[in-house]
Amino acid sequence: MVHMVFNVLLYTSLGIFVLGLIYKISTWFTWKVGLLSEDITTATRFFAAIKGALGVIFSAKILTVVKVFILDVLCERRILKEDALRWLMHMLIFYGFMLLLLMHALDNFFSEQLFSDFYPTVNPFMFLRDLFGLLVIAGVAIALYRRFIMKIPRLKTNSMDHYAIIIVAVIMISGILLEGAKIISHGEFQSMVEEYGDLDDEEEIAALESFWVAEFGVVSPNVKAPFDEEILAQGRETHEAVCADCHSAPQWAFTGYAAGKVLSPMALTLDKIGGVDILLYIHFLACFVGLAYLPFSKMFHIIASPLSLIANAVMDLEKSDPANIATRQIMELDACTHCGTCTTRCSVGVTSELFKNASILPSEKIAAIKALASGKELGEQEIRHLQEGVYLCTNCHRCTDVCPVGINLQELWFNVRETLLKKGYPEFLTLTPFSYYRGINSGRMTEAQYLLPLKTAKGAIEDACRQIDAEGGVVPPTKWGDRAKKQLKITSDADTFSHCFSCTTCSTVCPVATNYGNDLEILGMVPHQMMQAVILGTPELVYRSGMLWDCLGCYECQQHCPQGVHITDIFYALKNLAIDEITEKRSS
Amino acid sequence: MNFAIFRCCPASVLLKQYEKSTDAVMAALGVGLVDIKEFNCCGHPLKNYDYKAYLLASVRNLCVAEKYNLNILTVCNCCYGNLKNADHIMREDASIREEIGGILNREGLRYNGVIKIRHLLDFLYNDVGLDQIRQKQVKTLNKPKIAVHYGCHILRPREIAEFDSPEEPSKFDQLVEAAGAQSMDWNAKVKCCGASVFGVNDNLAMDMTEMKVNEARKAGAEFLCVSCVYCQLQFDRVQKMLGDKRKNIKPLPSILYTQLLGLCLGIDAETLGIHQNQISISGILDFMG
Repeated sequence: MVHMVFNVLLYTSLGIFVLGLIYKISTWFTWKVGLLSEDITTATRFFAAIKGALGVIFSAKILTVVKVFILDVLCERRILKEDALRWLMHMLIFYGFMLLLLMHALDNFFSEQLFSDFYPTVNPFMFLRDLFGLLVIAGVAIALYRRFIMKIPRLKTNSMDHYAIIIVAVIMISGILLEGAKIISHGEFQSMVEEYGDLDDEEEIAALESFWVAEFGVVSPNVKAPFDEEILAQGRETHEAVCADCHSAPQWAFTGYAAGKVLSPMALTLDKIGGVDILLYIHFLACFVGLAYLPFSKMFHIIASPLSLIANAVMDLEKSDPANIATRQIMELDACTHCGTCTTRCSVGVTSELFKNASILPSEKIAAIKALASGKELGEQEIRHLQEGVYLCTNCHRCTDVCPVGINLQELWFNVRETLLKKGYPEFLTLTPFSYYRGINSGRMTEAQYLLPLKTAKGAIEDACRQIDAEGGVVPPTKWGDRAKKQLKITSDADTFSHCFSCTTCSTVCPVATNYGNDLEILGMVPHQMMQAVILGTPELVYRSGMLWDCLGCYECQQHCPQGVHITDIFYALKNLAIDEITEKRSS
Repeated sequence: MNFAIFRCCPASVLLKQYEKSTDAVMAALGVGLVDIKEFNCCGHPLKNYDYKAYLLASVRNLCVAEKYNLNILTVCNCCYGNLKNADHIMREDASIREEIGGILNREGLRYNGVIKIRHLLDFLYNDVGLDQIRQKQVKTLNKPKIAVHYGCHILRPREIAEFDSPEEPSKFDQLVEAAGAQSMDWNAKVKCCGASVFGVNDNLAMDMTEMKVNEARKAGAEFLCVSCVYCQLQFDRVQKMLGDKRKNIKPLPSILYTQLLGLCLGIDAETLGIHQNQISISGILDFMG
């Protein structure tokens, strides 16, 4: 019965696993993210991948593959470089689990083939099984400590991280409890005696039982300590003749033995309710759930991460087939383990709380990008958050440098950025130096594509300000709101605008005004006029002037102002205000 | 002496030669540089968008440096100006100090305002000194004609930058001359390079760069010399792009001061990344005595 249930569950979960694997790998060729993949068909990508893989295998690059596999996959060099504790954690879980999988779970296929004398109850195998289990548990403990006690700033833990920790923990703990329950179980003892003992003499069995109770922690309803020395000696003799060859002392299964000690007050009850079977089911079920759900959980990184590391080592942006880069970028989404290394090193991560936008953090962008790549329609709010998240990036490359699975995150942001900007939601970050990297890379897109987001952002400002025109071009002096006053206070001494007496020195020294020959068609206003507009309480006039957004922040005006007006600082305040107010208008 | 080196974000991708040459020059001068992992952006690109976010990012660096008890050495004018400005505001404004300090406290950081923010040029001029620089030289340059570009935020606003006269600066000129070059007098010495609007208004950014290049050429310069990440990107990468777009431009190579000084200190061209510039500066090697 147990055997049949076991088989049904095994093959069902194996089936789901295989189908899941096929589905997930197929998405590497069907999902799209970014500029590169737009015009490339699935078939092209599939054949390009095969060609690329063969090209690597039959060239000197195979040496790179071997090197990366040993150093980065097996030794996890990239994790070690960044964080020794996390390296220890992952090595313990990875090697502990892999060894258990091969020696214990798949013993028919590996242990029995490799070792002619393999028997799970005999040392060293019995001891090693517990040792490997202990490694995994130690790793899980470090993971819990890191996620829940260390309080690393901005490291996020999501439901998938919980799942991963829980499934591994349940498999391990149920296994140890199962072993413990078996060690103390009288029922187990009896069936072992029946199956392997070949003993008829009741007295002999009772002596053996006494010996196992006294020496190995079996809890018996029949015999109890203290035992007669003679009986124990007889029991030992039987034990050595019948059991010892195929069963090392249970103490060697040290974690199970310890668990047995804890369970022993309940041993007889457990026996009555079939505790061993219950724990067996829990252990199997946990394993089967883990297997079936693997392709859909972050555990899929077991497959995707090594491939990502290898692909990134043998590919480069300029020389590789764009079809393969498109495929790799989707695969990288699966390779991400949400470890948060990128986020802890992100150069602008500190702003994410202020902007109430987790998508600024690299590790948190991946989920939204997955949805985008799958072709799912994202809501406006989601798009704007992700858009702000990918644009608010200094392109310092640190996320990419430290990613333990070698994802080229910076390139991913670049692609996603361009995909999102095409959707036409104004991104005011385009009007900041965050655009520098995009400018350097303008050659990678058409001119129209390059200029569109800048026009969209400027257009949104113009739209918002056009309301002023509606009233016959007469601008009513308005009282500055509290927020405006506060904003002007934040940049040092920006409230000095009221000292301006329009001497025009600022407009004369401004390199931007000079460059355009003070052409108001282009500039809208020049600096001294803008100070007057602020005095009059009509900042909307300033928001739409080209001068504000073309300001270099070079501080020439401020340096030369005879009245000590902090013109450049006021410009920053005005830009902030404009963006604030327009964003608010749009969302209301 | 040890400094926490503040590298400037785009340098690691677009200007590796600046990192390499800075490390080599500082090692030659016996200055220890510590790379602190926890540093983040100086906040420069955030100013247009949200000043408070700029302050938060900037001040966080000061707190991190404080944790390590190291003064900050910047190699970029924008980083320099923005960190100093944030430090200034934190000293002056109690409500900002409370608000920004409060956010940073949550990750265990404290601001006490004890960290000094230094620019590479400021350190070389004021701490190392021209005499030391001359004495340490093992090779002499045969007077290449150089137009020194100061950049904005090392000069302006004066009360923040505290390096040199914003109108008539001379310290960078002296440093370049100490390295055996001839510093040319030119009109646009203190003008902006245009980098801060590149990507926003490329034509304007290129106009500024073109104006500077033309003025430097007019003064007879053979090289520009800069000491700021964004200025160098502008004069190297963007000037190269400019050359492709505007045909009448004759590119003027721009050398980083650390590269120039490194050559005099006998550091090899490879280490200094002399061949990594987009517009070749290998002509400078012809001036090596």
